[in-house]
Amino acid sequence: MSNSEKHNGANGVNRRAVLAGGAALTASLFTPKLLRAQDFPTAAVNTTGLAVTDDTVTVGILHSVTGTMAISETGSVQAEKLAIEQINAQGGVLGRKIEYIQEDGGSDWPTFAEKAKKLLVSDKVASVMGCWTSASRKAVLPVFEQYNGMLYYPTFYEGLEESPNVIYTGQEATQQIIAGIDWVTQTKGAKSFYLLGSDYIWPRTSNKIARKHIEKLGLKVVGEDYYPLGHTQFNSVINKMKLKKPDVIYAIVVGGSNVAFYKQLKAAGIDMTKEKPLLLTISVTEDEILGIGGENIEGAYACMKYFQSLTNENNMAFVKAFKEMWGDDIVIGDVTQAAYLGPWLWKAAVEKAGSFDVDKIREASPGIELTTAPEGYVKVHENHHLWSKTRVGHAKRDGQYEVVFETADLVEPDPFPDGYQ
Amino acid sequence: MFSDYSMGELGAIFAMQGFAGLILFSVFVLMALGLAIIFGQMGVINMAHGEFMILGAYVTYLTSNVFADFLPALFSIYFFVAMILAFIASGLLGMFVEWAMIRHLYKRPLDTLLATWGLSLILQQVYRSVFGAREVGVTIPDWIMGSLPMTDMIEIPINGIFVMVLAVSISIALYILMYKSGWGRQVRAINQNRIMADAVGINTAWTDRMTFGIGCGVAGVAGSAFTMIGSTGPTAGQLYIVDTFLVVVFGGAGSLLGTIASAFSISQAQSILEFFLSGSMAKVLTLLTVVGILMLRPQGLFALKLRK
Repeated sequence: MSNSEKHNGANGVNRRAVLAGGAALTASLFTPKLLRAQDFPTAAVNTTGLAVTDDTVTVGILHSVTGTMAISETGSVQAEKLAIEQINAQGGVLGRKIEYIQEDGGSDWPTFAEKAKKLLVSDKVASVMGCWTSASRKAVLPVFEQYNGMLYYPTFYEGLEESPNVIYTGQEATQQIIAGIDWVTQTKGAKSFYLLGSDYIWPRTSNKIARKHIEKLGLKVVGEDYYPLGHTQFNSVINKMKLKKPDVIYAIVVGGSNVAFYKQLKAAGIDMTKEKPLLLTISVTEDEILGIGGENIEGAYACMKYFQSLTNENNMAFVKAFKEMWGDDIVIGDVTQAAYLGPWLWKAAVEKAGSFDVDKIREASPGIELTTAPEGYVKVHENHHLWSKTRVGHAKRDGQYEVVFETADLVEPDPFPDGYQ
Repeated sequence: MFSDYSMGELGAIFAMQGFAGLILFSVFVLMALGLAIIFGQMGVINMAHGEFMILGAYVTYLTSNVFADFLPALFSIYFFVAMILAFIASGLLGMFVEWAMIRHLYKRPLDTLLATWGLSLILQQVYRSVFGAREVGVTIPDWIMGSLPMTDMIEIPINGIFVMVLAVSISIALYILMYKSGWGRQVRAINQNRIMADAVGINTAWTDRMTFGIGCGVAGVAGSAFTMIGSTGPTAGQLYIVDTFLVVVFGGAGSLLGTIASAFSISQAQSILEFFLSGSMAKVLTLLTVVGILMLRPQGLFALKLRK
């Protein structure tokens, strides 16, 4: 946009203000306060040389759109783009339109680090929405800390981390686990658990927390097993489960293995709708069900903070907007929603701080509340995680979850639970 | 560890565990047969083997959609049609690849490794662009997904039986093709001495193309069958490639019998170990044993006698 056009724009506002004085005042009571760029001179809101101009601000999107993780990360990219578009439609951030530079991590962790450096050093982006796996987050972390960037990380993960340069918009492990296990013991009377997971840090840490909680409740873990990522043969472990007869199979299997596990479970004659045993998972969102097939996982329970089927107004509007932008067939999983929160939380922090400077955003972030989140009300904790509700969904044949339980209050994030340091 | 269980329960579990091993065996055989032909008979290291399998899976996905939309009455048998189409699709793609790429590399076998690896990346991206990055759900007819209750405890998965029958029939078909037909004799002749085979009037170019096509076609059928037990996504082929090479190399390249023997021993070892240890440890031990045996016997379990 050239200078002369910008002037015209400003004149236009003035003229309208003069002509329509009273009407504009009434309208302003009902629309969100429009922040105008000229009230926030660029030199004042950007003292660290970020990519902020008088009418735009550039952020980065850093996910895998190629390689094995593209399956999972595509939804996050879509959600972030939707949020950015909506923020722009409302007038942007401090009167500046958000532009984004998208980089592809290619499911390769060193590439993530390299691209993060490019975004921060060459592009000077004001913040980055990105990463999905813990491995990619760990790879970019030193880059963000060295060049003082701000990363909005969407995935539920194992916790045990609290970086000044990351806002974690997904749940850390205890938020996802404790409430689900309490629910299954209280309402379903479960007494014994079989823990199963893919063999890497997130399932192992999560099962450790789960085991500790189960044993604290005086209940029994009858088996615990891990399979390499990408494992496709689960008949042996299914036989073990049949022998041990647990009340609950607690499954944290991820990726392509997921599909194999649920198909083989069904083929082995374990009908999850009979809940004998009951299956509780924290790794299957609506996204994964697309691959597994609703008929193969019908009757299982999942413990998440968000399900597409939530009926609050925020979520109805979010689902509608998401489908308008990305097509009717699309489904929205827990992480996609968490990714959607990233740009909004960043906007709120910038506006609270009155600045794009990363240090000021960091200071402003704790305590930020978002009443418009599809999952409902969320709040940023001192430890950079979100206060969120935990919910349990019951998988239906059409691939959606029916919400059967939600915690009464927001669950406090606790990334360093006792006994795990 | 078994003191808490009655003899009946233990018997039932061991029966089912034995069956699980047989299913794993059939899966390995299906995965490896196509590769064994290509690697063993042509010396081509086909790193894109997994992608040919996934092509079969995607063909199955498309066929299931077509049947669901236009021929819902026949949906319960679409799987057989899908497997034939998968064979044709993967086979044709294989023949095209042989013509466009592989035939220029017969004298440089190690380069086929790089070239086919590149091909696998290209195919993955093609699948991603055409079908989307997410996995697709293939609807399997209900009759395949159930299980046969033998007793209270013992339940036999029908898809397991299906995979076993398929593995046995394809093995027999390939055996007849390779060892009882004139075409098979030509393939083996070329494998032993290409120049001589050429000289006695065998159309080596065409035989190579057919061999590669059949190997890829069998991979396609395997991919089609695996929609019953695994995932269908752009990179799902990578899940199988390591096990496939393991089976073929351990069995001794070039020997159909070796492939089957190796699939049997690896699957039984893994399935028994998985039952007593955790899944990851079972894999580690299996791989260690295979590495150990290959160090003592680099040519694999069954090797052709070659003049060195």
